[in-house]
Amino acid sequence: MQSLNTYRAGPDERGHFGIFGGRYVAETLMPLILEVEKAYGAAKADPAFQAEFRSLLAQYVGRPNPLYFARRLTEAFGGAKVFLKREDLNHTGAHKINNCIGQILLARRMGKQRIIAETGAGQHGVATATVCALFGMRCVIYMGATDIERQMPNVYRMKLLGAEVKPVTSGAATLKDAMNDALRDWVSNVTDTYYLIGTVAGPHPYPAMVRDFQSVIGEEVRDQIMAQEGRLPDSLVACIGGGSNAMGLFHPFLDDKSVRIIGVEAAGHGLDKLHAASLTGGKPGVLHGNRTYLLQDADGQIAEAHSISAGLDYPGIGPEHSWLHETGRVEYVSVTDDEAVVAFQQCTRLEGIIPALESSHAIAHAAKLTPGLPKDHLMVVNLSGRGDKDVSTIAKALGDEHLGGLV
Amino acid sequence: MSRIAKRFAKLKAENRAALVTFITAGDPDRATSQALLDGMPAAGADIIELGMPFTDPMADGPVIELAAGRALKAGGSLRQTLEMVTAFRKTDAETPVILMGYYNPVYAWGPEKFAKDAAQAGVDGLIIVDLPPEEADELVPFLRAAGIDFIVLTTPTSDDARLPVVLANASGFVYYVSIAGITGTASAAQAAIDEAVARIRRHTGLPVCVGFGIKAPAQAAEIARVADGAVVGSAIVSVLADNIGKSGAVSAPLALVKDLAAGVRGARK
Repeated sequence: MQSLNTYRAGPDERGHFGIFGGRYVAETLMPLILEVEKAYGAAKADPAFQAEFRSLLAQYVGRPNPLYFARRLTEAFGGAKVFLKREDLNHTGAHKINNCIGQILLARRMGKQRIIAETGAGQHGVATATVCALFGMRCVIYMGATDIERQMPNVYRMKLLGAEVKPVTSGAATLKDAMNDALRDWVSNVTDTYYLIGTVAGPHPYPAMVRDFQSVIGEEVRDQIMAQEGRLPDSLVACIGGGSNAMGLFHPFLDDKSVRIIGVEAAGHGLDKLHAASLTGGKPGVLHGNRTYLLQDADGQIAEAHSISAGLDYPGIGPEHSWLHETGRVEYVSVTDDEAVVAFQQCTRLEGIIPALESSHAIAHAAKLTPGLPKDHLMVVNLSGRGDKDVSTIAKALGDEHLGGLV
Repeated sequence: MSRIAKRFAKLKAENRAALVTFITAGDPDRATSQALLDGMPAAGADIIELGMPFTDPMADGPVIELAAGRALKAGGSLRQTLEMVTAFRKTDAETPVILMGYYNPVYAWGPEKFAKDAAQAGVDGLIIVDLPPEEADELVPFLRAAGIDFIVLTTPTSDDARLPVVLANASGFVYYVSIAGITGTASAAQAAIDEAVARIRRHTGLPVCVGFGIKAPAQAAEIARVADGAVVGSAIVSVLADNIGKSGAVSAPLALVKDLAAGVRGARK
């Protein structure tokens, strides 16, 4: 492992985290990408922008949300003290809204009237549709047809909020394909449209910008654990699709060497079968505007990912995660569909909290990790979203005979 | 002198523009695609763009996206694309071949090795849609060393401040993407194209070819009056798609190429 003085200084001025990141987009988009970068740089330094962002997080999103000591999960896992960061309690039910508030303020500042976004599980789509309703902007959401089917409640929510949901049928009709179509829309509507990317991926400045907006998660955790326990946590655990909830939790702690940081990818049916674990099963490549670890074949063709969780079902990962993986600062592991389903049930039954299937991956890894740890080990698990949207997927996974018992 | 430079010198002497045709390598299968490629020069193509199939063609419309899907499903790959160029060179030593596609397959191959292997196969130029000047340094020096031109794309969003940045890497010719959009969809107004070509010429002495949204011979002729080349892709691929599995799979697209060539050749008379 190489040891750096700081892991929080990236990206460089060209948007690179080591060899990762960058701006691999069509020339048509480059002037616009440069404009977003400039506008975000100015907004970041503007106290009025930051004040409005913080105010909306408090008044509209409901932050800070609790850092909840999960007593019964702690007892069941039999080791470390497990705390859940309750992003599920945010308005719209997940961490995605943090970033959407930040970017909609930026889009308004840039004078854009039309917002486009991609969504997998629909949480980012709902959050985007929500801020568009709040600010009176037109909203178009690209969503894979496969995901539309498995996340129907979120599709209705987006439509009720006034968004147009465009089904994407190419490829496996999931998140990757939705991102392709969102990019096609953007290149065709460069003047009036802002692309509100939902994760720490895409061309620079998106990975850094989304991370900055999501860092409120880790900043709150730091204050809360100091207030509750009087010291920093010993470990952080978060699930990773693109990796925005994880980056938001991790980034404020990257330079605290005593804090062990673990990202959990989706191992789907297993790492030797169909999965979505880009770092474990992929290699560096270029897709969707950045260089990062990607699931791909020897010819550089992008592989189809699979996860039971639509939000993790993506063959790539944010470039900063790729860099943190290569530097060794963050450990990346993976959890299968089946393990996530078990964790989903445990959290629901023991804590009375229905977690998103995405977040269930983090809980599942916490369950694996804690038995070997001392009782005073403080572990923070990011409960990135609530699981109402996943109830039908879970029912299907458990089989009809369990349906009555679970729901 | 490179094949591309020779071709434009010849066209200049004939006082006409180039017809640049695009097909996706391996679409719908290797044999059909090879026959189409080999038949292009006789049908009137002056320069050939061969698409490198990719799973996620983000700058392409449905026609080219489906073509890439068909090619990959039939076993298409970057290796096969190079093999097709090698085979083509046995039939034609003069017509420039430009590979066009996305960066990841080239990156997976290894930029330095790819430049050498592509030159060896007889490739003359490369268009990488998602490699703007900000990232091009990792590929362009290897292309130069191998004698392959890096064909840059300029767009309606490339203003006078941006153009010099984009053109700094350019050689061979400049490809003007005439609409802000994806392939095979809208067409630009001729007046806007005239103005854009004139503007690009103020920044470079390289030939300027215009593409995106050119479907019919009359349109190609209009472009050929002001530009050094008209690029037609989706329209040809579309005719191919309509004839897959039929007797016209090779002849029908080539018939369109003949019509387009007639349009381009008649433009300045």
